[in-house]
Amino acid sequence: MKLTPQEVEDIAKLARLELSVKEKKMYAEQLSVVLDYVEILNEVDTDGVEETCQVTGLEDVVREDKIIECDEETKKKIIDQFPEKMGKLLKVKAIFADEK
Amino acid sequence: MELNRLTIIECHDGLKKGDFTSVELTQACLDRIKKRNKKINAFISVFEKEALEEAKKADEMIATDRQQELTGIPFAVKDAINTIDRRSTGGGKILDNYISPYEATVITKIREQGAVLIGKNNCDAFGHGASNEQSMYGPVRNPHDEKHVSGGSSGGSAVSVADHQCIFSIGEDTGGSIRQPASFCGVVGLRPSYGRNSRYGIMPMASSLDTVGPLTKTVEDCAIVQKIIEGRDKKDATTVETQDIASSKKKLRVGVPKEYFNVEGMDEEVKKIIEGKIQKLGKNKKIEIMPVSLPMTKYAIPVYYLVVPSEDSSNMGRLDGVRYGVQAKHKTLYDLYAKSRAEGFPEEVKRRIMIGTYALSAGYYDAYYKKAQKVRTLIRQDFERVFSDPDGSASGGVGVDLLVTPTSPFPAFKVGEKKDDILAMYLADVLVAPAAVAGLPAISVPAGKTKKGLPVGLQIIGNRLEEEKIFQLADFI
Repeated sequence: MKLTPQEVEDIAKLARLELSVKEKKMYAEQLSVVLDYVEILNEVDTDGVEETCQVTGLEDVVREDKIIECDEETKKKIIDQFPEKMGKLLKVKAIFADEK
Repeated sequence: MELNRLTIIECHDGLKKGDFTSVELTQACLDRIKKRNKKINAFISVFEKEALEEAKKADEMIATDRQQELTGIPFAVKDAINTIDRRSTGGGKILDNYISPYEATVITKIREQGAVLIGKNNCDAFGHGASNEQSMYGPVRNPHDEKHVSGGSSGGSAVSVADHQCIFSIGEDTGGSIRQPASFCGVVGLRPSYGRNSRYGIMPMASSLDTVGPLTKTVEDCAIVQKIIEGRDKKDATTVETQDIASSKKKLRVGVPKEYFNVEGMDEEVKKIIEGKIQKLGKNKKIEIMPVSLPMTKYAIPVYYLVVPSEDSSNMGRLDGVRYGVQAKHKTLYDLYAKSRAEGFPEEVKRRIMIGTYALSAGYYDAYYKKAQKVRTLIRQDFERVFSDPDGSASGGVGVDLLVTPTSPFPAFKVGEKKDDILAMYLADVLVAPAAVAGLPAISVPAGKTKKGLPVGLQIIGNRLEEEKIFQLADFI
């Protein structure tokens, strides 16, 4: 499985990662190596085998869907971490403008 | 006496008898860190002032008969585990300025006993790596030979314990990140059964494999910490109530899977040390050794490198520079994400995000992720068979209690040796990934040293929730 730098660029865009030209070339090679390597799984017959999605055997672990108030001190700590803010509000870019 | 060289049990007794105070013990660890950190880099953050304050409080607890097992004992925490009001970078620059507003359940349990949080351990960024060369705060050096790596991703945790910079540490193990560095550095490291210890507050990588566990100087210490941190947590829906399953039988049946001794790159010296240990165990009247076969072993790494990046690429989505962490200079929203992540992640994090994004993208999901999850079932069944009825006849249809193997095919390699050979780096986890993929508990205990003085670890794998049996056997190593 050979990936081209263009394919790598497309994946990087989906993943929201900016890559340099050098990185694109490097990852094209390395991802191809990894994808070739995992081909080894095709020699295993998995017809009729169920997927393992979890290993605990637990089923339907639920909790009541209710609002749990966060204390003022914690709220302040969370807000303090905002990279950009206006008062207590998190400031973000407009999502419909400038989309690449 | 250098207090920082003591074990948990020795510290506890010394504090109880009044031989020394927690302040003195904490200061001894801080002095050691100061002397060594520049060179071997096991800590990203050290909380000197806060640790001494916590030690003073612990001394008051001890003086007023409120001493618990860990009261006054200095410990360290892998930086990818959140500690309240303390910097938690996870080893990645995208969280360089992050002060966690909350704390992992396992850490709160330890701190409620009055243990002293001394600092945060260096690690491969967000758990991505097997050598600690993927930390954005520089590699961790192996204290047995500084030209060699610590192993990873919990490399700083293993080194801080091995080099006596703290009494114990808490790390994470997704595919071997506690056991492999423990093996490289000559300490004890336990990956618990998936679901035994709460992961609440741990920075997640691959949610269906991530575990959190102790790194200690002795097996006894490991069992003490494990007992304290385990148990069901409402904040982690995958946790289960645990009960101890010690073996009441007269003999522990121990399987030796032949596939673990024939992997590519198996070092002859490591093989000899482990086989020697197994031979010695076989002479113990309480232990019965038998050969077993786990033919699916070689598929664990390819399964791991599809399942982990897939889950990982979505977990890493939360690190985008919007709500916390370091935001790169940007003009558009797209740039905010793409540049913050480009500057804030090291190579391996980006690589896994890319592999995962590709494996989950339209048209590839069945061929990669789904296929891997099916093979994962077969790996689990491989283990289930040996724990219940390994190949029928020879064992009379009775399963083994435990499996013993090398932890790593080789001792610690040199810094830079595998950094650019990604498959070689991935294969460093070949003997630790299978138990992880199957959700089983496993420990690495020191088994000896190579002629060059590098530690070699022996791995004991147990059946699900049978940590107690693992400790029983580990006591004999």
